[in-house]
Amino acid sequence: MIWQQFLSLAGSYPLALRGLGMTVVLSLISLVLGTALGFSLGILRTGGNRLLSSLIGAWVDLIRGTPFLVQIFLIFFILPEFGIELDAFTAGIIALTNLAACFICEIVAAGIRSVPTGQVEAALASGLSRWQRMRQVVLPQAMRIVLPPLVGQYVLLIKDSSVVSAIGLTDLTRVGWLVVQRVPNGLLVFFLVGVGYFIVCYPLIMLARRLERRMGAAHGEVQL
Amino acid sequence: MLENFSFRTIVEYLPLFGQGLITTVWLSALSFVGALVVGIVLCAMNLQRGWLFRAPAKAYIDAVRATPLLAQLYFLYFGLPRLGFVLPELVVGILALSLNSGAYIAEIIRAGILSIPRGQVEASAASGLTYVQRMRLVILPQAFKVTIPPLLGQAIVLVKDSALLSLISVAELTRAGQLLASDRFMPAEGFLTIAAFYLLLYYCLKGLAVLSSRWLGSAGARA
Repeated sequence: MIWQQFLSLAGSYPLALRGLGMTVVLSLISLVLGTALGFSLGILRTGGNRLLSSLIGAWVDLIRGTPFLVQIFLIFFILPEFGIELDAFTAGIIALTNLAACFICEIVAAGIRSVPTGQVEAALASGLSRWQRMRQVVLPQAMRIVLPPLVGQYVLLIKDSSVVSAIGLTDLTRVGWLVVQRVPNGLLVFFLVGVGYFIVCYPLIMLARRLERRMGAAHGEVQL
Repeated sequence: MLENFSFRTIVEYLPLFGQGLITTVWLSALSFVGALVVGIVLCAMNLQRGWLFRAPAKAYIDAVRATPLLAQLYFLYFGLPRLGFVLPELVVGILALSLNSGAYIAEIIRAGILSIPRGQVEASAASGLTYVQRMRLVILPQAFKVTIPPLLGQAIVLVKDSALLSLISVAELTRAGQLLASDRFMPAEGFLTIAAFYLLLYYCLKGLAVLSSRWLGSAGARA
């Protein structure tokens, strides 16, 4: 009985591999895009423009205040009404990138605000341009505060990517759901799904902890 | 475009949304209480010296943090009947949310307790207080202050996470939106309305967090 189930599960391992691949690809693409967008938004948020800053703040609040599942449904079912046809993969990437960008924006903004104003003034007095100030003075110091929660955010992103299975993308969670229809052993199937996520996420969690300890020691206090 | 956006349909479905909202609120509240219990037990185990209690607590916390809630939810939903527990979806959902949030709350409480300076513990030990007295009179009152804001943050996460219960057909807020979307083919009306309701809950909890930090801040200043 249990032996048959194992055989049947072994048969679906190409599917599992494809699911894991989909999870990794989805997370990786939205991680890169989300980081780029998040840093840009974070810099704009702390920049001089009040209007822009509060607009970004309002958008971030909207995204933080609604469940990710609802955001995916909104993007997947409502953008087509505006004439933008999306497949599930693109919708998933857009939703995940937007989510990551919003959280990273707040992390980066907090990091930039933590840099003492004296540093910025000194850089200004040295005649550095706006871009030089940001790149050579502010961001390197902000990174200490930014890095540990940033890695933590990547873990959240990978985990949130499981929600895209709700619009039919065959990621790791969806594979588990498909397999459990054939092999009625939910404990075993979703234990294996969990192991798949654990292999991807746990090294990142360890990295975040190590960064937190090291940066914390260097800087006094860091919140994750 | 959304030129035939139908407010009338939303009003027509308002009782359904109301029921969904109420279900989301009470099931989140119940799960939060459950999560507090799980979190306190895990944290107490995690702060023991011997590995006998510490190792399983640590393993549990890591396992929960490294896997998605949706996979955990399916694990319980498809797995519990196999063990002979056939529970209603709602109970499975509350169980999953409690067990998931409990792991995060354990870490929040631990951080709160560890944030108390060592000198405080040593001073109270030197004053001859017992372990229980030290915890009750010195450490916990101070740790309480530090933990309230992140606990409210976790409550916000929990309310949003409860949307996933719609995927195992619990009749909560997101499910109400899905029903409107599929019955009438009106996804915009359905999902925008529930998004507004979730924002309402979010701003309530956020306001509470701001109030509490102000209140705790002034309490701290007085102390």
